[in-house]
Amino acid sequence: MIGIAYKTAQEMVFGNALHPVTTPSGIVIGGGAVIPEVNYTLPPMVINETTLPEVRLRYREMTRRILQRAVELRQEVLILEFEQLYELTQYPHWGAYVTSDIKEVMEEFTRTYGVKSALRVTIADIRDKERPPRMRSGEPMQTMLKAFDQCAAAGADILSIESTGGKELTDRALLDGDIEGLVYGLGVLAPNDMVYLWDHIVAIARKHGVIAGGDTACGFANTAMQLAHQRMLPKVLAAIVRLMAAPRSLVAIERGATGPLKDCAYENPILKAITGVPISMEGKTSACAHSSPYGNLTAAVCDLWSNESVQDVKLLSGYTPEVFTEMLIYDCRLMNTALRQNAGQMLRDLLVQSDHRTDIQSLVMDLDVCFETARRIKEAGTDSYARTLAATRWALEVLLQAQQNNVTEFSRSETRWLNHLSNAIQSLPETPDELRHRLKTEYNSLFIPAEYELWI
Amino acid sequence: MEALLQAIYDGIIDGNKDQVTAKVQEALDNGLPPETILNQGMVAAMAEVGRLFEEGEYFVPEMLVAARAMQAGLALLKPKLVQADVKAAGKVVAGTVKGDLHDIGKNLVCMMLEGASFEIIDLGSDVSPERFVEAVQAYQADIVAMSALLTTTMPNMKVTIDALKAAGLRDKVKVMVGGAPVTPEFAREIGADGTAPDASQAVTLAKSLIGA
Repeated sequence: MIGIAYKTAQEMVFGNALHPVTTPSGIVIGGGAVIPEVNYTLPPMVINETTLPEVRLRYREMTRRILQRAVELRQEVLILEFEQLYELTQYPHWGAYVTSDIKEVMEEFTRTYGVKSALRVTIADIRDKERPPRMRSGEPMQTMLKAFDQCAAAGADILSIESTGGKELTDRALLDGDIEGLVYGLGVLAPNDMVYLWDHIVAIARKHGVIAGGDTACGFANTAMQLAHQRMLPKVLAAIVRLMAAPRSLVAIERGATGPLKDCAYENPILKAITGVPISMEGKTSACAHSSPYGNLTAAVCDLWSNESVQDVKLLSGYTPEVFTEMLIYDCRLMNTALRQNAGQMLRDLLVQSDHRTDIQSLVMDLDVCFETARRIKEAGTDSYARTLAATRWALEVLLQAQQNNVTEFSRSETRWLNHLSNAIQSLPETPDELRHRLKTEYNSLFIPAEYELWI
Repeated sequence: MEALLQAIYDGIIDGNKDQVTAKVQEALDNGLPPETILNQGMVAAMAEVGRLFEEGEYFVPEMLVAARAMQAGLALLKPKLVQADVKAAGKVVAGTVKGDLHDIGKNLVCMMLEGASFEIIDLGSDVSPERFVEAVQAYQADIVAMSALLTTTMPNMKVTIDALKAAGLRDKVKVMVGGAPVTPEFAREIGADGTAPDASQAVTLAKSLIGA
């Protein structure tokens, strides 16, 4: 059998990764404790040259309040995430200003209170602005690389992105409920783009001596999850897309990303099982940004515990960024206490069991299912298309078995869709070229093959 | 005749484009008034698709194939509707506001409005206030429909409404707004005429705004 990093799912637990990562400030991620990762963003406001001073001030204030709350709760280590809005990547020096502002406040708190922190900067994928997008040849790609470079120079410790290669096709395929389009987007276009993009990101990270964190299939699998939540798409489709997206995110690690992987990548447990890198996860504490059907389960093997993204809004106990910081701190405190008292695996199992049969989408996030997904992806070899097929077929198998065994409720419409998807998945061809020829002709105008080094 | 209308209706519900085009042609050849084909066959079917969606029986993919089947039939019907001087329920200029590229919700709203016999001028995503204003002027629109998914782009809805005011158009056009972060309070605050929580209810709102 071809090996993956962990021998069994039971070996995996939160706070521990086979290959921990140490930040420039000396924080060890995945080295025996779960650390809160706070992601905070602006309230509704226009970002332009005029409002930039206000934007910068707001980020400084939010950072200060978050760190102050950490001090009050005696949280000694913290990861902050500055996830850029389009404008802040579009004008790389704006994003760099904010990075530098945040870092200044972080350093002040280290000097004054001894709080150690590290900053993850997530660059926006602004290539998505054009349709069809120019993934490599256009100005947006160069601007993004500048943004990575300038933010790394300005104080980012960890670089990440939610890249969107293939999304121009999968957005349409999702709404059509079309498995062939989804497999081509996630199994061919996305991995091709990831190779190109992550080679550049890793080079920039190395140049500045910072960490190349990881990517997330947010624009694909979380889009499906949200559309399923809004009853626009069947949950069975969202569940299949969840596992289908894992091979695409694996590419970042294969090109040199070391983790901590990005929080909204719910595929991370699979990637951790394969590679042993530390991961950030989000769950109930990210209800501020979106609903998910697995708020506890996702904590099972996390190394950073995140809130996804919270807007700066005033509540009775303070502003939302520090409120969510507090919630994250308490969750981490519980997990770390469990680890210290050798109860980590018990808590992990409780987290999984509390969610894993409550929703169709939770079925594929079960730890054993994630582990088996990892094994099947690895067994499929190095070709992303073959891996994507393997993950897709396995997802279907999980759902069919669950339906047969009445593990969770499948409504009449979900059952109809499961049967439809089953037929579609069973007839997927073994090679990407065959699939390309079978794609709907309407898809031809959606993407530019040359931008993915494809010539058919 | 009744059977033909039923076949058009069923074809749309099932998303069967070939059936719809064949039966629309047959209905026209048999002298059925285009307005009857439109309202009793097509619009009625799309209303039923909307109902099935609201009840959780249909998902967006089924709505989309239904809408495409309707569009195929509509392509045959349109010249006859023009000849017969049958007007659309209303003209809607739609787009995702400046800085926002999330267009899934806006596309669904456009699709459902078209299914309810509105004429749609879809400006796409990342639409500047100036483009909205130009389109309202150029097409003499009845409604502007704006969408935003990001809290940081929501303010551009107000900027667009202000631009409509500055151009002297605000009193001539109804404004509806939508998207995940948009609330009825926000819609009121920025001076919009209404918001709806989903595509299906957006049709009800649009109809109520123009008294269709």
